[in-house]
Amino acid sequence: MAGAKEIRTQIKSIKNTQKITKAMEMVAAAKMRKAQDRMEASRPYAEKMRNVISHVAHAHAEIKHPFMIEREVKRIGYIVITSDRGLCGGLNSNLFRAVVNDMMSFDEKGIEIDVVAVGRKAADFFKRSGGNVVASATQLGDSPEIGDLIGAVKVMLDAFEEGRIDALYIISNEFVNSMTQKPTISKLLPIADHSESEFSYHWDYIYEPDSRDILGSLLMRFIESQVYQGVVENIACEMSARMVAMKSATDNAGDMIDGLELVYNKARQAAITQEISEIVSGAAAV
Amino acid sequence: MAMTTHVDIVSAEKAIWSGPATMVFAPGEMGELGIAPRHTALLTRLKAGEVRVQDEQGNEESFFISGGILEVQPSVVTVLSDTAVRADDLDEAQAIAAKERAEADMENRKTDMDYARAKAELAEAVAMMETIKKVRNRK
Repeated sequence: MAGAKEIRTQIKSIKNTQKITKAMEMVAAAKMRKAQDRMEASRPYAEKMRNVISHVAHAHAEIKHPFMIEREVKRIGYIVITSDRGLCGGLNSNLFRAVVNDMMSFDEKGIEIDVVAVGRKAADFFKRSGGNVVASATQLGDSPEIGDLIGAVKVMLDAFEEGRIDALYIISNEFVNSMTQKPTISKLLPIADHSESEFSYHWDYIYEPDSRDILGSLLMRFIESQVYQGVVENIACEMSARMVAMKSATDNAGDMIDGLELVYNKARQAAITQEISEIVSGAAAV
Repeated sequence: MAMTTHVDIVSAEKAIWSGPATMVFAPGEMGELGIAPRHTALLTRLKAGEVRVQDEQGNEESFFISGGILEVQPSVVTVLSDTAVRADDLDEAQAIAAKERAEADMENRKTDMDYARAKAELAEAVAMMETIKKVRNRK
């Protein structure tokens, strides 16, 4: 049996770890709330934009922006959104599993894949396992700005416009609730055409400068805002996953401390009993 | 009572202002615009500048935007404002920076995805998570 002193040291070190995990849990909880607010705040923009895009697409059936045209798929792009930091349970591994499965199904069809890595973890993953990473955005922090993402998104948008890729997907975690996060893959390009929806009367905007130009800048901003939303939502997921992971780590530390304290008390009692019996037998010998 | 139009000023990062207004002024790409209620539908790009909103009491609120898109419908005015400073060559520079970051990260990389390796690595991570779960359930 380990000596009482060793056990005491071990208990102390576990207690310190427990303090740290507890603190991380509380920090993650506070940050999660902020990230959720940010998630809500970014929604109206995308909603308004979707309305306008469907209006323009409907009003000008003859104008089709390259972003809206379906074509044969030979090469695709992925924007993979992960966290910068670890210690958030299986969040990133679950996401990578979904990505790898999806990539393999395209690979089997002979479709080539380009990747944009958003977040340190994605960059590290593709560095280890290979993959054609064409752009990356890392160190976004807890409150990312859309400006941090413009470059990485533009690389993909340009590739699509020039015909180097034929479809663009985004993979990020969906915030279901604070206990559940689900990796989701959705298609960004080509944008599904909504012009089938019938309006009761025909109307159109006055465009300044011209409709094609405006539609171009709208679509670009729309994609960017989708990616931004993905990043913000992923941060909320990261924080809630970390909160849960740290909570279970804190609980585990508590269990370990309980177990060790039992062992420690037994060791202490055994030592006392032994000492008493030594004294008694010593006294009897006299 | 003066006629009003509903105005929404939003950016990708947050909703900035929303409410009724009697008049909206915005810096359109082709010139300064003043929009009264029941203006005809209009879609234009905005330059960097000031967006002013006049409410029913005649009070004015002003917002600086670094550019964006303005959508006008007879009863709704929407300003989709950019939060970042935009220009084609600036965007280009950002794209090049993003590419360079990736290249710096991926030195000596293999461009072919090593699926076997990725799968093995992920299987390990999953096994780890499973073990943690089992340990937790055992008590």
